[in-house]
Parts: sequence; structure tokens; C-alpha cells
Amino acid sequence: MTGWGERWRDYWSPQEVVDTSPRVSDEVKTTTCYMCAGRCGIKVHLKDGGIRYIEGNPAHPVNRGVICGKGAAGIMHQYSPAKLRKPLMRVGERGVGEFREIEWDEAMATAVEWLSRIRADDPKKLAFFTGRDQSQSMTGFWATQFGTPNFAAHGGFCSVNMAAAGMYTIGGSFWEFGEPDWEHAKLVLMFGVAEDHDSNPIKISLSALKRRGAKSISINPVRTGYSAIADEWIGVRPGTDGLFVLSLIHELLQADKVDLDYLARYTNAGWLVIQAPGTAEDGLFARDDKGNPLVLGATGGVANAMEPGGEIRMVGEAALADGRKAVPVFQLIAQRYLDPQYAPEAVAATCGIPADTIRRLAAEIARIAFEEEIELPVPWTDWAGRRHETMRGRPVGMHAMRGISAHSNGFQTCRALHLLQLLIGTIDVPGGWRYKAPHPKPCPPGPKPAGKPGQVEAGKPMAGPPLGYPMGPEDLIIDADGQPLRIDKAFSWEAPIAAHGMMHMLIKNAWAGDPYKIDTLFMYMANMAWNSAMNTAETMRMLTDKDPATGEYRIPRIIYSDAFYSETVAYADLILPDTTYFERWDCISILDRPIANVNGPADSIRQPILAPDRDVRPFQDVLIDLGARLGLPAFVNAEGAPRYPGGYKDYLTYHERQPGIGPLAGWRGVDGASHGKGAPNPDQLQRYIDNGCFWKYELPEEQHYYKHANRAYLDNAVALGLIGNADPIVLQLYVEPLQKFRLAAQGHGAVQPPERLKARIETHFDPLPIWYPPFEGARVDTVAFPLNAVTQRPMPMYHSWGSQNAWLRQILGANRLFMNRVTAAGLGLVDDDWVWVSSHAGRIRAQLKLMDGVNAHTVWTWNAIGKRAGAWNLAADSPEFSRGFLLNHLITETLPGSGAAEGNADPITGQAAWYDLRVRVEKAPAAEAGESAPHFSVLGHPASLRASPDILRYGGAGR
Amino acid sequence: MAGSSPAKGIRAAMHPALSIVFFTTASGCGFALLALIGIAVPLGLLPQSAGFGFAALAVATVLAVAGLASSMLHLGRPERAWRAFSQWKTSWLSREGVLSVLTFVPAAVFGLGWLVFGNTGGLVGLCGILAAVMAAGTIYCTGMIYASLKPIRQWNNGWVVPNYFALGLMGGLLLLNLIVRFWMPWPIAIPVLVLIVIAAAWGLKERYWRFIDITAAPSNVASATGLGRRGKVRMLEPPNTEENYLLKEMGFRIARKHRLRLRLIARLTGFLVPMLATLASLFTPVGLIAAAVAVLSAALGLVIERWLFFAEAKHTVMLYYGAEIV
Amino acid sequence: MTSLPIPGQKKLGLVIDLDVCVGCHACATACKEWNSGGHSAPLPDFNPYGADAYGVWFNRIHSFEEGTSGEDGGGDARTVHFPRSCLHCEEPACVTVCPTGASYKRAEDGIVLVNADICIGCKLCSWACPYGAREFDEDEGVMKKCTLCIDRIYNDNIAEAERLPACVMVCPTSARHFGDLGDPNSAVSEMVAARGGKDLMPELGYRPVNKYLPPRRQTTAARPSPAPPVPPPLAAGDNKLLRWVDRLLSR
Ligand SMILES: Nc1nc2c(c(=O)[nH]1)N[C@H]1C(S)=C(S)[C@@H](COP(=O)(O)OP(=O)(O)OC[C@H]3O[C@@H](n4cnc5c(=O)[nH]c(N)nc54)[C@H](O)[C@@H]3O)O[C@H]1N2
Ligand SMILES: Nc1nc2c(c(=O)[nH]1)N[C@H]1C(S)=C(S)[C@@H](COP(=O)(O)OP(=O)(O)OC[C@H]3O[C@@H](n4cnc5c(=O)[nH]c(N)nc54)[C@H](O)[C@@H]3O)O[C@H]1N2
Ligand code: SF4
Ligand code: SF4
Ligand code: SF4
Ligand code: SF4
Ligand code: SF4
Ligand SMILES: [Mo]
Repeated sequence: MTGWGERWRDYWSPQEVVDTSPRVSDEVKTTTCYMCAGRCGIKVHLKDGGIRYIEGNPAHPVNRGVICGKGAAGIMHQYSPAKLRKPLMRVGERGVGEFREIEWDEAMATAVEWLSRIRADDPKKLAFFTGRDQSQSMTGFWATQFGTPNFAAHGGFCSVNMAAAGMYTIGGSFWEFGEPDWEHAKLVLMFGVAEDHDSNPIKISLSALKRRGAKSISINPVRTGYSAIADEWIGVRPGTDGLFVLSLIHELLQADKVDLDYLARYTNAGWLVIQAPGTAEDGLFARDDKGNPLVLGATGGVANAMEPGGEIRMVGEAALADGRKAVPVFQLIAQRYLDPQYAPEAVAATCGIPADTIRRLAAEIARIAFEEEIELPVPWTDWAGRRHETMRGRPVGMHAMRGISAHSNGFQTCRALHLLQLLIGTIDVPGGWRYKAPHPKPCPPGPKPAGKPGQVEAGKPMAGPPLGYPMGPEDLIIDADGQPLRIDKAFSWEAPIAAHGMMHMLIKNAWAGDPYKIDTLFMYMANMAWNSAMNTAETMRMLTDKDPATGEYRIPRIIYSDAFYSETVAYADLILPDTTYFERWDCISILDRPIANVNGPADSIRQPILAPDRDVRPFQDVLIDLGARLGLPAFVNAEGAPRYPGGYKDYLTYHERQPGIGPLAGWRGVDGASHGKGAPNPDQLQRYIDNGCFWKYELPEEQHYYKHANRAYLDNAVALGLIGNADPIVLQLYVEPLQKFRLAAQGHGAVQPPERLKARIETHFDPLPIWYPPFEGARVDTVAFPLNAVTQRPMPMYHSWGSQNAWLRQILGANRLFMNRVTAAGLGLVDDDWVWVSSHAGRIRAQLKLMDGVNAHTVWTWNAIGKRAGAWNLAADSPEFSRGFLLNHLITETLPGSGAAEGNADPITGQAAWYDLRVRVEKAPAAEAGESAPHFSVLGHPASLRASPDILRYGGAGR
Repeated sequence: MAGSSPAKGIRAAMHPALSIVFFTTASGCGFALLALIGIAVPLGLLPQSAGFGFAALAVATVLAVAGLASSMLHLGRPERAWRAFSQWKTSWLSREGVLSVLTFVPAAVFGLGWLVFGNTGGLVGLCGILAAVMAAGTIYCTGMIYASLKPIRQWNNGWVVPNYFALGLMGGLLLLNLIVRFWMPWPIAIPVLVLIVIAAAWGLKERYWRFIDITAAPSNVASATGLGRRGKVRMLEPPNTEENYLLKEMGFRIARKHRLRLRLIARLTGFLVPMLATLASLFTPVGLIAAAVAVLSAALGLVIERWLFFAEAKHTVMLYYGAEIV
Repeated sequence: MTSLPIPGQKKLGLVIDLDVCVGCHACATACKEWNSGGHSAPLPDFNPYGADAYGVWFNRIHSFEEGTSGEDGGGDARTVHFPRSCLHCEEPACVTVCPTGASYKRAEDGIVLVNADICIGCKLCSWACPYGAREFDEDEGVMKKCTLCIDRIYNDNIAEAERLPACVMVCPTSARHFGDLGDPNSAVSEMVAARGGKDLMPELGYRPVNKYLPPRRQTTAARPSPAPPVPPPLAAGDNKLLRWVDRLLSR
């Protein structure tokens, strides 16, 4: 019935025929995303041999089907021309970028030659540090087997304050080891969170929270991202949260809004603390002869705190058998925080939060906690066998991240937060904050670090893992003179509870030969010559500095594994090119940083989906191969042959850390029927693949809350191998190990800090939370450097590695320095001005962007966008180089005016204090506008890198 | 760089693509010239000689065709340009295309009749008049292409079509005033008409400028985002740090100072100098040179004017990239 | 055909909730990823690894600040992340200006598409779109734009629950919703009604189908609550600890 008109029309302007049902893919494979460390489950659609599309796996416990901006750009990660293609040996000087491409045989032989010499001579001369490593339980194990104490991953510059404060206080922590009870909370407070590792779960949950009408408050100097959608934004001045939180505590104590019942039952609030100033036991818990802590009974006598039942007092004085006095922890708390120094008026100016706001927030917390209590009709039994018909909870949830931890007062600030949570009884209760498996762990926490004198021997493995939790001075890794034994000085008096090591001190100490010279620096997946360095220019200098006496580099040998041509590759001598996350086996293990959630343990794998199109090998395979070639006992069998000939795949299946406990917890036992513990199952990886590459164990409902004191949970956790014993975990308002360090500083005990550190230890190792101004601000002239400067994680970028991604770099190819409009007006600055930003350490040039939602004393920028020209196979005029910048040039590893003797770090954990930075901002002369500074020489690059196309037409082939 | 908030006086406007600037000016003048001859020759108001006819028609055709060809350069797929004739029901661009091509049919009959058969009356004359009407229609369509675009306040107004007409007519007349002198030693009526039309065009252009300077923008960043309940809305970050297609096309940056200077130059070269020169062409024996000066100066002026027509046109999309009002 | 179809009953589109969008760009890259192999493939990128990198994206995420904070950072000011893609207007001039008929609005569901096979790349539609939703592919010389994932939403090769635009599927905050805005009883229409969903630049008369839900006023709980019920004040100098002295607590 086509008429002439229609035919005529169809000739000129034919109607499009849309194929609404095209075939999407040839094959769909599940795996785990690695565009960041968030570990979301993905489905990868493969078509015509390439990746057609990546989407979230709806069944996955982490991301429940969604992915983020980075995850969806995974195609461009795989397509990147910055991928390394062959092992490299440096030929020119370090930092120039001239290489010889070598075969793997030569690469492995070279590594074995260097490493075997060290191991036979002095294993600690190998420093093995890994960055964004998701196989830390394996790399740490390898280091232990090699026999060096000098191992750590990035935790020391990341969030060890958060981790350690949590582990010593509640046996779990913020970070990714717990989360607010998103489902039931009526109020959630977020302190210093921009993105976090748990970014998709947080996003999913925050919006669900908002939809159900609960309130979220963000305490953050900057109002973007999560803070943008918060119902209330508190633009705190950086580094003052501790004081703010203690003021909230002051208000709650004033109003008697504390949950004494919770405190009495689940915490050490009632434990008696010896009051004997000047003696070696002052401030320690009063204990009976069996070592049990004591509480104050109703009649004034003392009783074993671990004995259930009976009535206790929270305020009062006990006379101990030996005549000494002791008072309950709660009394010390009340005494301390009721002090007017914590009154809202007293802290308002420091924190930049009006006193009325603090009072209102305290009231709001109190109201929701105590008037809107919730009760779930779920019976449970506590550790003492008492049955409870319901699970009650105070619905105030909290979360915190690096805005709290990346300060020199971060450990104590984080402790203050946990104290607030405990006082209102919100740890692992409905509506409060919940542990993620395998947490809670015993508290104070378990294993101690190895590496003490006698534990490091030529040719032998170390007695235990190099990282752990010291319980007192006797656990430090120091020699008889009190000198550090680790290259990063972790677990020394400089940073006694450096539970994650101190990667940021590594290069400086190795360069200075302090405390000793090392031979080889072996790094994996950490861009230490750029964005993870404090004082980047100086770090590059140290990496290239030579000893004039010998003409040799001060750090003699550097081995590095990266998958891309990062800045650090140019500083290594031997480069072991890695695969991408689509090309290898990986494991996200419970022994490491698992994907578990609040309702039970989980873990996951990555499976190879594409075969590498270049001469690269999975780093884990390489490490296992090296282990076998070096004859590390756990990596060879009785005959000395490789124990895991199939590489990491074999290791994942057959390695057992303790009998029955291996990297993966799912489908254990020969028949795959056991979970948690069980013999290796040859078919285990296939079972994972069949299940979408993850394993998840759902705890029964009665085990969902009060895990620290929940009989059924504790027993189950032991059965699953999550914890060693089923004793209740008593939450520690008062942290006794801290007092032990402090007593040492006061001159007690065999192991005491050196004179120069005594005052520092005594002040900061307070067993109850304290607040002190961040170190840098207290050292520099705050008139000269009036502003705080911080970075934020950009949601669509992951540290340095997003810039080689053709899509992501379009979103964020250069960064600005953001400043409050009012502040700028005061400084005579206008939008888009180019400015010099100076700290005590140096200056950088950047372009300004004015905004409303930032604390008036704070400037900030997106992290790690600035790049070094020549790196990442980007053209040398790319905006990342010409307009991008790093704040890192302004931050130093040691404090100004300390003669490099004191770390720019938390004095307890050694956590790098990135966000303590103080700066001054001035307009740059017009002639300097348009380009950021500093700029460094353009790096050369390996000849084998793929040429970059001028036009990218990904996916166009089909048309 | 994308979306940086404009410094004082800088604003983001439509990118003045040279191909389009040239297209609209050249074809405008060409079609206007064609229209003038198409009407005036059959009515006997202009020399009837084949020489004049050839020269005038050639200039008109070359300008019109060159303009159209240049607009083709602007196309992503010039080889498909013929498809543009299909949507005359709704699209001014299509109508312009159709009409511009169709205009050549009566124009060709008129030209052949005149040049080959020496006939400018009757059917040939009617074709001339038809060509004139269609040429005028083409100019109208060109104007309407812009005037119909609601996102651009500086275009979507009643002054644009009259301006296109007036400026086209002015260009055509200036050309005529020059060409005709080879066959008509001392024309009076034409230069007088030219003076009137220049004055009118200038006046219209001033009215246009005044209009765009003072009328309130219907859209602002609040209406573009639906925000504003809490107060002033300001862009914080653009979606990408470098310029994307939209910014390259609609985020052309021009400083106010520069803009005002160009307006001045446009006034001088586009109107004042041609006026004075045309005036001179009235009285002096060197009328030819004066007329030529008028044409050259006007050509420059018109190109600047047309360039400004783009560079002063602000598109609503810029509201998403830092502009607070367009 | 650039004449607009007689308006149908069905008006497919998106509803974007500005109250919860955190600006993560997931919908932007997921869109790019899906469409790189989809109906309008490829979505080229120019100078992808150098200066002046830019490409074809159907969805872009902006951010704005609304309001000005008080001295102390208080006040009702907000940061708002703002995704921007084609609104599938009911009166789309991008269609009517098109000289070739390449730009068209489907009668059956209101989706606005470009037929890349007949587009001449005149760019006029991009000038006619007030919202910047048209993206020119300089490489092929044709215009491209959001397809509302027409190759997903009706795709028999995709599980029914997943027949949603890629940007909707991916959004971690569920800020994006897809549905029939022509049906007043659809979930999206109800959401628009309940939340006061807005048209962008209504003054231009394009009548966008997509709606934006404005950031909400603070939740009830967000309003200041009364001062904490302070227990009977103790006389100055009194020891506040005394009030707990007689409290007996069971372990
Ligand atoms: N100013 C400032 N500096 C900071 C921070 C800050 O907030 N502000 N944050 C700090 C924190 S918390 C962290 S964790 C660090 C992070 O800093 P880094 O640990 O340096 O992290 P990335 O920049 O992601 O670099 C990791 C390296 O791994 C490489 N890589 C990527 N994928 C693979 C792979 O599959 N295999 C291998 N072998 N290599 C791969 C990348 O190419 C890159 O060179 O930055 C720290 N630096
Ligand atoms: N997209 C993306 N995701 C990532 C990463 C990434 O690079 N990109 N990196 C991953 C890594 S390694 C880490 S460690 C996590 C970090 O996750 P986050 O801790 O969420 O990341 P940061 O950007 O360090 O966030 C610090 C936040 O604290 C604020 N802040 C700074 N100082 C203070 C303060 O004194 N008080 C308060 N209250 N706030 C303050 C900053 O404004 C910022 O919003 O993110 C992980 N996730
Ligand atoms: S948060 Fe994003 S990048 Fe990180 S794992 Fe998940 S999807 Fe991948
Ligand atoms: S948003 Fe723009 S491209 Fe989309 S239908 Fe409306 S006018 Fe057309
Ligand atoms: S660019 Fe293509 S779709 Fe747009 S108006 Fe021109 S021909 Fe039509
Ligand atoms: S509907 Fe599809 S094409 Fe449109 S913005 Fe969303 S993902 Fe992109
Ligand atoms: S994916 Fe969702 S939250 Fe992220 S930018 Fe898009 S709409 Fe906003
Ligand atoms: Mo980190």
C-alpha cells in the first residue's frame, strides 16, 4: 500500500530500521573488578574476542549489581597504551626512562641472583613493600618465608590510625571492617569520608537511608559527594574532629545521656583502674591473681569482671587488697570529659563549629539514641548464656575514614569516636554500627609482630608475620639499645603501634641508611616515586642519589612490578611487568581485606578472562616462582621442587596457613562441603566460578548483632575459623596497652623510650581519648601558613592509575585548588586565578576554583591527578602535566624544625599525616599563569609501549 | 579549558565558523543581487545590455553558489547534502536549500532569455521576477534558520530576518552600484537607494544590537537546572576538564572589550565608509572607484558583522558550563 | 521524518533524583561503554592520550552549588550533582530543524533518535537543542545522541529485569529511573508527582519528557530538635559524678 508519497519520502529520507534486539555478547564471565580496591563483582560480556561491556553482578554481596564510574571504564584499562609489554632492565640513569627489553629468563635470573645473595647474607637487607596489593596475606607470607621483617603494604600511609584505634578499642574498625546499620539507623554521622573503599555499598546505602527518611550528617571540611547529599553538612576545620567529638561526649555526660547498661555489660567501663601515681602499675587494670580484671561490686567490694551476673558500680572507689586505690574506667571518663575545657563554647572556635550547633547535634544524637530506640523481635543468647527475647538498639550509626585518620592526632580522634559510640551503646546493635566478618576480633588484638633480635636469621624464615599488634614495650621491634630494627622504623619508639608498617618512611630511611643500609628495594603496585610519596621531588632525588665514595646509588637495587608505565617504573632497575585484572587469578581472602559484610563472611576471586597479548606475567605467579627458585621452605616440596607449579592458582587451592585454613574459605574439604575450615579442595576455584566468583556465608539472624557477646556467633566464628576462641570480646573504652607504653615513658620497666621521645610518648599514649592540635600546625608559623590543605578522592579516578584511561581522563584531566569564596575575597583572589601555594617545605603553582561549600580555613584538591610528563604513555603536553598538580610536593615525611627526627605522623601508629598540611596562597604573577609547577624533565619510555591512536573508535568494528 | 567560570566580561558564544560566516554573507548578497536584477531588469530600471546582464548575473550566481558551496564545507557528510531537500515541511534549513536551488530554475530561464535571446520581458521577465521572489524567499529562510532557534536569544527574535534582508539588500545594491557603472556612467537613483538602504540596514543593526544588549534572557542557570530554591546557583565543576564538542561549538570565548571594538569596526567598515564612498560615487567623476571602495569596505564590514552575529550569540547550553544567564 | 509524530500515549524517559545523586559519573561511563558497542557505535574519542582529549558522550555529569552558606558554614546551601542527557522532548526542535529527516522522534514511544545513515552533519540540531544533548561525531561526520538505550530496553537477549538503560542499571544511588511518563500511574509518574519533578527550561517550550526531582528539603529528623533534657541542674560546684554513685548496674 506504499503510495507515491511514501516512496518519494523513503528515497530522500528513509525511515531508520532500529535493531532493538542485537545480540549483546558471545559469552559472559564473572569476576571481580579492580579499577579500585572496592572489589565489586562484575559480569564481563565478551564479543569477538574483546570486551563488549562490563556490568555489575546483581548477586554479588558488595555491589548488588551496580558499578561505579571507574568500574564501567574497565574496557579502557585493558585497552590502555600505557600497559607494560615486556620485562625491562634500566640502562640509563634512574629517573630518565631508558630501558633494555629483556626476556623473562633473564629477569628471573637477575632477581634470583640479587635476592639469594641477600637471603644468604642478611635477609633484612631486602625491603619488600607492596601498595594497592590485594594479596597481602600471600606477599606478607612470602616476606616471612624470605626472612625479612621489612615488609608492609600501604596501610601505614593510608588508614592505620583508623584500623589500630578500632582494633584496640572494639576489635573491629571503621574503614571496611564495619559499617553503620544502614537498614535500621535513623541518624548516620559520617566523619571525613569522600569515597572510601566501600564506595558502592556506601552509595547504595546512603540513598536508601535518605529515601526512608532517616537523616545523614556529614562532618567534612568540604561539601561534595556524600557530603553534598547529606541532610546536614558540618564544615569542620581539619584536624579538630577529636575535640568536636569530645565536646559531644561532654554534652551527653552533662545530660546523663549514656547507656550505662550497655557499658556495664559489654565494655570495660566498670573495670577498676589502679590509682597509684609514680608506680609501675599506675593506670593499669586492677586484676585478681589469675589476671582477671576487677569491678566494683554493689557493696563496695571488688569482683572478677569476667564473671557474669551481679551488680556493679560505675562510680566509686575501691580499696584493693594491697591497699592501693582503684576507680572504675567510667569514673575517669566522666571526670575527664565533664571538664569545661570540652564545653561547646570552649571548642567552637577551634573546630569552626558554632557552640549551638554542637549542642543541637548532641541533643539530636541523644534524642534518637534514647527516645527512638528500636527493638528487633529476634531472640538471642549472650556469652554468659542469658537469653534475650529481642535485639535492642539505639539507631545512631557512624562511619569515618581518612579525614579522621590522615592526621597526627588521628588515632586518638578515632578512639574518641569509638568512645562516643560506646557511651551511647551503639556498637553492633540494631541501628548502630556493625562489624563485618571476620570481625570482631579479640580486643586488644592478637598476633604480635615478628622481627625482634634473634628472629631474623640468614637463610631462614622469620618466626611469624612481620606485622601485628604490640601489647606493650616488650613487643617492639627494637634492639637492646632501643634502636629500630625495621627499615621503616615501625614498631620502634617512633611509632610503637605501627600495625601496618610505614611505607612512607621507606625510601627516606633506605636512602639515609638509617637505621641501616639495605641492598634491594622490592616494590609492587605502589607509585612511590610520585603520588604515594610525601615530598615527591625529594623522594625522586633520593632514589637517584649516589654515594660519592663508591659512585653507586645509595639505594643499590630496585625491583618493581607494575602493570603500567607509571612514574616509579622509571626509577627501578629491574621491572617485572604485571598482567591486568582481566588476565590473572586473584583472591580477596578473609586472611586479608575480605569482601565480607555485616551478615556474614564472604570472599572472592578473579579469574583470567583474557589471555595477555604481550609478554607479561601475573606478579603472584612470579613471586611464587621466585620463592621456589630461592628455596623458601613453604614454596618448595620435600624434594626441593616447586610446591605450587601452577603458580597462584595452585597456591589458592592448596596453600594452608593453618590446617584447614587457606586463602579461600568457600567449598573447602575434598568434597567441597565445608565452609570456613576444611581440607583443600582441588575443585574449589571452579566452584567459585560457578557461583559468580564469590562465596558468601549468611549468618543466622540470631547472630546478626551483639557479635562481641553473642554466644551463638562466637561459637560459629570459631567453627568458621574467623577467631581462635569463643571468649566474649570486651570493648575497651580504656586501652591498657597504651598505658603500658606511657608507664615506660615515665621511667618504668625494662624497655624505655629514648630520652628525646619520652615526653612525646607520655603525652600521646593516653589510655583515654585526648585531642591535641595536629603537629604541623603546631610547629609552623600559622600566620605565615594560615590555611589547611587537604585532598579528596575523586569518584571517577583511582589514585594515579586512572589517567591512562581514555575515558576517565576526559572527566578529570587536570585539577584545581578549591577555596572558599569569602576567603578568596579576603586574599584579593578571584575565580580561575593562578596561585602559588606554599608550605614550610616548598611551593607549587595551581589554578584556583572558588566555591561555597568548603571550610573557610581550608583549601583542597582532587588527589593524584597531576602527573609527571612522559609517564603513562601520555603526550607530553597533556593537561595532567601542564595544569595538574600534586599537594605531595608540599608535604614532608618529617616535621619541620625537628631536624628530620620526628615523623610527620601520628606518634602512636606512625600513620602519615597527609591532612595536617598548612599552606599560604598567593596570586601568581600574570606571566606565570596557565601552567602548574613544579615540572620535571620529561621521562623517556620503553620502546615496546603501544603507540597511542589519534582517534579511538572502540566498539566501532561492528558498524 | 572546559567550563571555567568566565572572567569578567568574557562570555561564551556560538563558534563563528568561517564557512558559515562566509556562506551567509556571500549567498545573502548574491541572492539579493539576483533579486534586484530579477525585478529591476524586467521593469526596465536597469541597463538591458547582455554585457551588464552577464556581469551582474555572474556575480550574483558566483556569490550565491560560492556561499552554498561553502556551507557544504561545514557539513560532516557533504556527499549526502542532497538529502537536505527532503524536510521542507518543517525545517528552515531544508526550505532554504530547496528554495535556493529552485531559484536557479527561473533565474536560468531569465538569464538565458536575457543573455542569449536578449529578451527581458514577457515570460523571461516573469521568470526574473519569480527568481527575485524566490531569492528573497531564500534570504528569508536563511534568516529563519537562525531566528527559529529558541536556545539562542540573540537569534530567536524579530530583528534577525529584517537584518538579513537589509544587509543582503545593502550588499546587493552596493554590488549593483559598482557593476552598473560599466554600462551606466553616472547613475543617480541607485547610489541614492544604496544610501537609503545602508542607513536602514545600519539602523536595523543598531536596533538589533540594542535589543540583544537590553532584553532580559528568558533562561538562566536556575531554570536550566531547576534549582534555585536555596539561593544563587553557580557551577562548581564541569563534566570534563577539556573542551568537548558543545564547548567548541557553543563556548566560543570573546571578551566584551573585543566585542565592542569589533562592533565599532563593523559600523565603520560596514556602514560609514560605504555610505561616504557611495555618497562620493554620487558626485565625483571617480564614481567607479568610490563604488568599489564601498563594496570592499562593506564586504569586510559584513563579514565582521556576521562573525559577531555568531560571537555574540549565547546558547543556553552554556548555562551548564558556568554561564549564569544567556 | 522531522515532522513530529502525533503524540502517542507512551512517553519513555528518565527521572533523575538530584537529592541522592553523588556525582560518581557511573552513569556517564556506563553509557559510554554500552553505546560504544550499541546502536550508535562507535562513540569516538579524539586525542585520547594527549592534550585536548574529548569524545562523544551521551551523558555528562555537572555539579552546581545552590545557595550561599552563612559565616559558619551553616544555612541551607547545597552542592548538587547534575547528570545531563537527552530529555526526549515532546516538542523537540532538534527534530523539526533537521533538513534530512535524520533526526526523528519515534511515534511508538517518543524516543528521539538520529539516523546516522542519512545525517549530513549540518549540526543544526545541536544548535536547536537547548540542553546540549546532541553530540557530534567528527570522525563519521554525523550527529549522535542518547538513544534511551533502545537496544537494551526492548532487547530479547537481555533478561527482562535488566531491560533498562545502562545508566539506570548502573547508578549506585538509584538516582535514575526509567519508565513511561505518559502513563500517570507509572512508578516514574508517581514519583514525579510526589516529589515535584521539574522540567528544565520550561520557558522554551520543548516539554521535556525527562524530569528532575529537586533536592529535598531537610527531612523531619533534620530539623533542630529541642535541647537535651538535662537532668535537674546540680548546684554550681557540685560533683556531677555523684548522680551515678548510687546507680547499680547488672553485668
Ligand atoms: N596528597 C596525598 N597523597 C596521598 C594520599 C592522599 O590522600 N593525599 N593518599 C595516600 C593513600 S591512602 C594511598 S593508599 C596512596 C596510594 O598510592 P599508590 O599506592 O601509589 O597507588 P596508585 O597511584 O594507585 O599506584 C599504584 C600503582 O599500581 C599500578 N598498578 C595498577 N594495576 C596494577 C596491577 O594489576 N599490577 C601491578 N603490578 N601494578 C598495578 C599502577 O600503575 C600504579 O603505578 O596514596 C597516598 N598518597
Ligand atoms: N574513587 C576512588 N575511590 C577510592 C580511592 C581513589 O583513589 N578513588 N582510594 C581508595 C583508598 S586507597 C582509600 S585510603 C580510600 C579513602 O577513602 P576516603 O577517606 O573517603 O578518602 P579521602 O579522599 O582521603 O577522604 C578524606 C575526606 O576527609 C575530609 N577531611 C580531610 N580532613 C578532615 C578532617 O580533619 N576532618 C574531617 N571530618 N574530614 C576531613 C576530606 O575533605 C575528604 O572528604 O578511598 C579508596 N577509594
Ligand atoms: S568501586 Fe568501582 S572501581 Fe572499585 S571495585 Fe567497585 S566498580 Fe570497581
Ligand atoms: S533534549 Fe535536545 S536532543 Fe533531546 S529531544 Fe530535547 S531538544 Fe532534542
Ligand atoms: S546534523 Fe544530522 S541530525 Fe542534526 S540536523 Fe543535521 S542532518 Fe539532522
Ligand atoms: S539512556 Fe542509554 S544512551 Fe541515554 S544516557 Fe542513559 S545510558 Fe546513555
Ligand atoms: S550514576 Fe547515579 S549517582 Fe552517579 S552520577 Fe549518575 S545519577 Fe549520579
Ligand atoms: Mo589508601
